[in-house]
Order: sequence, then C-alpha cells, then structure tokens
Amino acid sequence: METLYSIFPELIRIIVCAIGGAVIVFGNALVMGYAERKLAGHIMLRPGPMEVGFHGIIQLVVDGLKLMGKQLVVPAQADKPLFMLAPILAFAPVFVPLLVIPFSDKLQGFDLDIGLLVILAFASINVLAILIGGWGSNNKYSLFGAFRSVAQNVAYEIPMLISLLAIVFMTNTFSLREVAAAQSPVWFVVVQPLAFLIYIVAMVAETNRAPFDLPEAESELTAGFHTEYSGMSFSLFVLGEYANMFIVCSVATVFFLGGSSGIDLPYAEYTGVVWFLAKVYALMFFLIWIRWTYPRTRFDQLMNFCWKYLIPFSLVNLLITVVVVKLI
Amino acid sequence: MKSYFSVIFTGAWSLITGLKVTIKALFTPIVTVQYPREKLVITPNYRGHIDLIKFEDTGSHKCITCGSCQRECPSDCIVVEGEKREGVKGKVLTVFTLDFTKCSLCGACVEACPTNALDYSDEYELAGATREEFHYDILKRVEERE
Repeated sequence: METLYSIFPELIRIIVCAIGGAVIVFGNALVMGYAERKLAGHIMLRPGPMEVGFHGIIQLVVDGLKLMGKQLVVPAQADKPLFMLAPILAFAPVFVPLLVIPFSDKLQGFDLDIGLLVILAFASINVLAILIGGWGSNNKYSLFGAFRSVAQNVAYEIPMLISLLAIVFMTNTFSLREVAAAQSPVWFVVVQPLAFLIYIVAMVAETNRAPFDLPEAESELTAGFHTEYSGMSFSLFVLGEYANMFIVCSVATVFFLGGSSGIDLPYAEYTGVVWFLAKVYALMFFLIWIRWTYPRTRFDQLMNFCWKYLIPFSLVNLLITVVVVKLI
Repeated sequence: MKSYFSVIFTGAWSLITGLKVTIKALFTPIVTVQYPREKLVITPNYRGHIDLIKFEDTGSHKCITCGSCQRECPSDCIVVEGEKREGVKGKVLTVFTLDFTKCSLCGACVEACPTNALDYSDEYELAGATREEFHYDILKRVEERE
C-alpha cells in the first residue's frame, strides 16, 4: 500500500503526459494541415479550402474521417510485415521527444539531463521507418525515395548536431530546461546567429520538406517512399511528419529563441506556453513560407550544399565557440 | 576560394529576393472567383445567342417581321412569322424562334436587321439535358425581360 501511494503521483503524471502528447500530435497536424493549405493558396492568389465550414475550417477533420474510412491496400509483391510496420514506426516515436520539451517552466513531462540526446535519438528513427517503408513497398519509386531520404538525413544530421553542440558547450548541459533558462538576458540567436542559420537549413532537410523534399519528389518519384500507402497508413506518415516539424521547431525555440521566455503574463510558470507556442508556430510559418517559395534542389546540389558549406561552417563555428568559452 | 564565398552571398541574396516575392503574394488579394456564388461581369463584346432588344421608349421590340434575318441565316436556325392585325400598321410578330443547336454565332442576322432590333445576349451558362432546351423562343424572352 505504501509503495502504491508513493508511485501514484508519478502514474498520474505519466497518464497526463501521454494524453497531452496525443493532443499535441493530432491538434498540431490539424492546425498545420489547414495552415499549410490556406497559406499555399494565398501565396498562389487563390483562397485554399473554402467549402467545409467557415473558410474551410473543418476541412481537415473531414479529410481525416475520409482517410480512416479508406481501404488499406497492400501490394501483392510487397513485404507485408515490413510494409505494415513502417507507418507505425514513423508515427510512434514522435511521442517521446514531446515528453522532454519544456513548454513552460512547469509544463514539462520529464526533465532529463540527456533531454537533447533523447530528442535526436528518437527523431532519427523516422529515417529507419522511411527506409523500411520504401523497401517493403517493392516499388522502384518508393525505394529511390527511401535511399534519397537516408542519404539526405544522414548528411544533414551532422551540421544539425554540430550547431546544437556549440550551444551545449556554452551552457554545459543537455537538459532542455537548463538551456532555455540560460538565455535570460539574451537569446542564443543573437550570440550564435550562424549556428541558428545552419540549424534552420538542416531542420528543413531533416523533416523532408521543400526545397529538400527529394524523398517524395512528386515530379520524379510520384510520391517517393509512401507511393504505395493508402488510408490510415498514409496519414500516419503525414502525422509523423507534422509532429517531427513541431519537434524540430521546439528544439530551435529552446536552443535559440529563449524557450518560453517573453513578456510576463499572470502565472508565468504556466502561461509561458503561450510564448513558446507563438515562437514554434512562427518557425512553422517560416517552413511553410519557404516551401511555397523555393523549387526543389537537385540531388548533387543537396549533397554539395551539406558537405561543402554547412559542415565546414558549423565546424568553424564550433571551433570558435570552444575557444571563446575556454578563454572566458 | 573567392568564388566559394561569392556564391554564398549571391545565393543568400537570391533566396531573400524569392521570399520577398512570396510574402508580397501572400498579402495580395486573391484572384479566384468562387464560380456558382460569385460571377464576373461579362464584357459587352461577348457574343452569346441573339436576342431582341427591348427599347425604353416603346416598351417593346422593334421587329417589323421583314424576315431578313431568317433569309440571311446560313444555318437556317431562325424562324420568324407575323400576321396583319386590324388598326396596326405593318405586320405584328407572332413567332421568333432560334434553334441554338445549329447556330454558328456568325452574327449575319444582327448585321442584316434593318431596324437594329437584334443584339447578342450575355448568356454563357448553357447546359441542358435535351436538345429541345436549346430551341429558344426569342419573342417570349423579350416579353419576359424587365
């Protein structure tokens, strides 16, 4: 009985975290799906979804219901276990990083002292899911999409890690809460502008979005790794992609934009989440904005850009940071 | 080495220029017309099927039933009939129909009309399930018009 009393608050915490994570993943997908289509429309001087509800506001709910009602088609020659495993593997790991993100001073699932490593480790499972999906589909377009995705993600993870490492050297911690707390006078975007730029570029590439959306390049590979997927298994990939966008933008907010700091509202320990979400969605708006601005890069350009520009610059940035931190 | 850095700056500048173009487009009013609910104003040059003009002063059309349009029509799609009535000078129009399935919109009837009673309508929403829906009664249309 004694042990039950002692673990009871932790159980409540776990349940609340799980529900909160699910709310964030699905709510974020609804908001982002609508925002993406609406902004894409307005950038092309058309209205976007207009028919379902006021200005098409419940379009995404209707789309979700439609996708749930559709048949899950498994190609005859596909590797069935792998084919069914891939969407789950793309979707399930996105819940874990949400647990360690500090939405405000007190709104955080668990403050791990290896928080950043947990996020990066679980975010990179997405690559494995894409590879499994592309391989299991037994379709040459899917396989090409998966290959490209792996090459791209492996390449762009390096500058991403190195640019974050510069911040870690400055704050001497992997805990996201302590990194956010370390920027009370000035945000790290002012101190480390180059690292921020490199992180933003690598973040776009990591989430497989335009102009780095080679894994699903419509004009060459029909839909890339999810060509053969339909119904819910397709929408799990999409949900995973949007959740990954949310996670990388949250990391950018915590590491460069001061986390949940901002003008103090009442109950600042909790209402900091307003500032946090405002910063995250400003970054998300930027992601949508560049998606509808830039054409897709060629594959050799993509690789050249990473290996010849991003990695050398991030290494130089890290070196300078280390020297400065040592001297001060 | 010099080109390595110049590529960075020209590239970054072109990226910023691109972003400027799309953010401007984002705040430009949309040009889409949501068709069944919103409609564009038809240009006065539009050539729909023919219609009799309703004149303000007489409150009626000016057709004198001369049959010029019927004779001029290369596709034989106009039928004009009239009759003599007591106390009325000239003939009175009783039938004016257009078989729009055969009309080629050449406009010879409008050119031929001696009293300029004919004009092109601005009807463009033309869809029907049967052929007979395109046999227009032009006289009835001019009488029903406001």
